[in-house]
Amino acid sequence: MLINEFLLLGAALFCIGVYGVIARKNAVLVLMSIELILNSVNINLLAFDRLWSEKVPVVGAASPHLDGGVFALYIIAVAAAEVGVGLAMVLLIFRNRKTISLDDLSEMKG
Amino acid sequence: MLLASSVQVAQNVGFGIIAAVMVLSAFNVVRTQNVVHAALSLVAVMAGAAAQYLLLNAEFVAVTQVLVYIGAVMVLFLFGVMLTRAKLGKDVDLNNKGGTAIGIPVALLLLGVLSYVLIKDFKGDKLKVSGKADASVKTNELLSDKIFSSYALPFWALSFVLLAAVIGAIVLARKD
Repeated sequence: MLINEFLLLGAALFCIGVYGVIARKNAVLVLMSIELILNSVNINLLAFDRLWSEKVPVVGAASPHLDGGVFALYIIAVAAAEVGVGLAMVLLIFRNRKTISLDDLSEMKG
Repeated sequence: MLLASSVQVAQNVGFGIIAAVMVLSAFNVVRTQNVVHAALSLVAVMAGAAAQYLLLNAEFVAVTQVLVYIGAVMVLFLFGVMLTRAKLGKDVDLNNKGGTAIGIPVALLLLGVLSYVLIKDFKGDKLKVSGKADASVKTNELLSDKIFSSYALPFWALSFVLLAAVIGAIVLARKD
């Protein structure tokens, strides 16, 4: 298989996620689009990890083999933390203003 | 010149089907008028990503993806949908007014630039994916060795990030 198949899949998901972040008004849906972006990055990391591990032989913990997997695990953990805090903020906004439409949160616009 | 054994027909067909499902579901996430449908389409994208990780011989990451994303994050999302009293049916007020007019050109431009760079730079690079574990490489053993040796400090820092996120989420969401 070509590595480009995975990389282009990641690029397509990334662009769809960027479109979602721009076009959506509902805060929960914007968070979902951010999850799409993070997943596309994970696909890229694991594809590059596979490419690299085929070029370099596996010799113990010092080889670059599976570095991409470690990064992907960190991204998954950070994404989980981000969703937790993000949804808590969305709930707080909803409780105070009865809406989660991002267009209505414009007090900081000068 | 392509040899039949180097093309890997089965892997390519499997990849293509899963990739098509993922892209269509991703479109549904950003285009649907129903918040719950968006969440369920996101499950399809995550499950497809887990399958691609398996194809790339990253079993542990695939299982973590299923547990954390499909298990935990999606439940959080559905709780978020329910607690913000979103309409469970069709809701026409989910998109920005000028969002489509700005979003589609930006996304297409980004896709064009990314595709150009990727195709130009990685045209000949091939992966020998098998989709099944290579017995000579103990993937999970190596991954745990890495996390607890050379990546121990980031792992430690990450646990503080998660702790801070949990405490922050409780502080933000509690009622008083």
